[in-house]
Amino acid sequence: MLRYLTGRVLQTVLSMLVVISIVFFLTRLSGNPVHLLLDVNATERDQQILMHHLGLDKSLPVQYGIYVTNIFLGDFGKSVLTRRPVVEHIWERLPATVELGLVGMVLSVLIGVPLGMYSAVHRGSALDTGARVFAVLGQSMPAFWLGLMLILFFGVVLGVLPAGGRGGPLHLILPAFTLGYFTSAAIMRLTRSAMLEVLGSDYIKFARLKGLHEQVVLWKHGLKNALLPVVTFAVMLFVQFLGGAVVTETVFAWPGLGRLILESITTRDYPIVQAGVLVLSSLYLTGNLLVDLLYSYLNPRIRHARS
Amino acid sequence: MRAAKHEVPWFPGLILGALVFTAVFAGYLAPHSPTAGDITQKLIPPLWMERGDWEHPLGTDRFGRDVLSRIIHGSRISLIVSLIAIGVAGTIGTLLGLISGYRGGVTDAVLMRVTDIGLSLPTILIAVVLVAVSEPSFSNVVLVIALLLWPRFARQMRGETLAIKEQDFVALAVVAGRSSAWIISRHIFPNVVPTLLVISTLQVGYVVLLEGTLSFLGVGVPPPSPAWGLMIADGRGFLATAWWISLFPGLAMVLTVLSVNLLGDWLRDHLDPKLRQLGRAAVLEAPAAASVGSPVDETPVRGAAAGGDGA
Repeated sequence: MLRYLTGRVLQTVLSMLVVISIVFFLTRLSGNPVHLLLDVNATERDQQILMHHLGLDKSLPVQYGIYVTNIFLGDFGKSVLTRRPVVEHIWERLPATVELGLVGMVLSVLIGVPLGMYSAVHRGSALDTGARVFAVLGQSMPAFWLGLMLILFFGVVLGVLPAGGRGGPLHLILPAFTLGYFTSAAIMRLTRSAMLEVLGSDYIKFARLKGLHEQVVLWKHGLKNALLPVVTFAVMLFVQFLGGAVVTETVFAWPGLGRLILESITTRDYPIVQAGVLVLSSLYLTGNLLVDLLYSYLNPRIRHARS
Repeated sequence: MRAAKHEVPWFPGLILGALVFTAVFAGYLAPHSPTAGDITQKLIPPLWMERGDWEHPLGTDRFGRDVLSRIIHGSRISLIVSLIAIGVAGTIGTLLGLISGYRGGVTDAVLMRVTDIGLSLPTILIAVVLVAVSEPSFSNVVLVIALLLWPRFARQMRGETLAIKEQDFVALAVVAGRSSAWIISRHIFPNVVPTLLVISTLQVGYVVLLEGTLSFLGVGVPPPSPAWGLMIADGRGFLATAWWISLFPGLAMVLTVLSVNLLGDWLRDHLDPKLRQLGRAAVLEAPAAASVGSPVDETPVRGAAAGGDGA
């Protein structure tokens, strides 16, 4: 177990370093931000002064070294455009992303678990078929298109929900569903198969033989045991929402971190792109690490196979 | 639906057949040019609406370009990107997986750590940054997708190789003094082909969605090419007035991905009962194996990692 643990932590650190390197080198190779910042009349000397000021005149490896050191010191630099510390920009946007991710996760569990349970218990019924069509569709639909169609239907045609932006709870419904549909489909499939497995087990037969009420059998003995994979999966999904926030945030004009990254790519504001990707990736990687450890701790089959 | 598993999947087969047909003969089938539009014909609604006509059955966009023709030509982009990206990623991944599984030891340890890192990256985020800074272009999109895809192949192929390596015919070949390369290419590779076919099919949907997402975000195939994601993005500003610009390319995408996923599931059930069992044992792997990776949510690859190790 200890060996697995250290190996897994080490791998996460390595992944993080890979992300840092990818982001650093690519943003540096993509063109000079100085040209975007100065107007056309700027002289050669103006450019040099600005380059020096931004630290862009040093060699790439030196810039990289300074960058990595600063990250470990918690310094992400300043935005090229606003000259404000990058950390401030990130903190402004992070709550919106986390909020959307959390609501999306809760929504997908609320949709996926009951659907999956019902589907398993009433296997072969019309609703089972319906639920499975819902699941298959959810896994084949591009989220950005689904988002637009929801805006079209609920925002434009019916006019009952806001089409974008962040505000009250109403603003959350469409983006959270867009984010959660794919996931609720996956959770539904997972709950269904886990429930089917549990329902076929001896202790469920025994509980029924004891004459327990069917609802007690299903919810207390059934769901409780089927839930472990579902819960770990749900946490993992939340983490992955963070990684994929770019799309939904763009569709719904949601002022989160994903959209900040995309905006900063257009303005070539490297420090923000780097820090944004780094923050989202580290949340993603540590989240996955925690889920892995939790899962292997809870599941003795994996625990022993690994050690 | 349970019974349907044993029947030939005619619906996805038909859709995919039609798709490939339109992609190949796009030049003959499309009534108009996909990129040149007549500005006087802009924002014409589809056929069945008022002002709609047979000239533009699915309407026109803001430049007067025919939506149907663009969808037809767009199918080419989706298919070609999928074919090349999966071809490249599949070749690299399979090669590394075979070597890793067969050699074992340090080679395996190093290759699989690299694979793990590849699998652990937040795909969309990295793809967006990679394409955006390396100038959006057709070849960059393909390259980046292939780069993010190969670890999935490597992981699965290694698992397969490990299982086949234990078979008697491999041991006999070793005793007979055959070289590693000979054994891998003649004995192991032919046995992993069915699995390879299944994984490749299951990845097509993922690639189509990923390419669509990149195009939608403006970091994919550049305009004016008729990539479906690009068309959907084009219609964003016209949702209230000209919804057809975004609706139809999206439908084409859903149908395509749905068909490939259904076909992939069917193939998995028929060609490769082993993979199916593997999927059941590691419950978490199901979404990954079904390749459902929606662009929004990363496909849960860590499940696949856990399942692969057990094989």
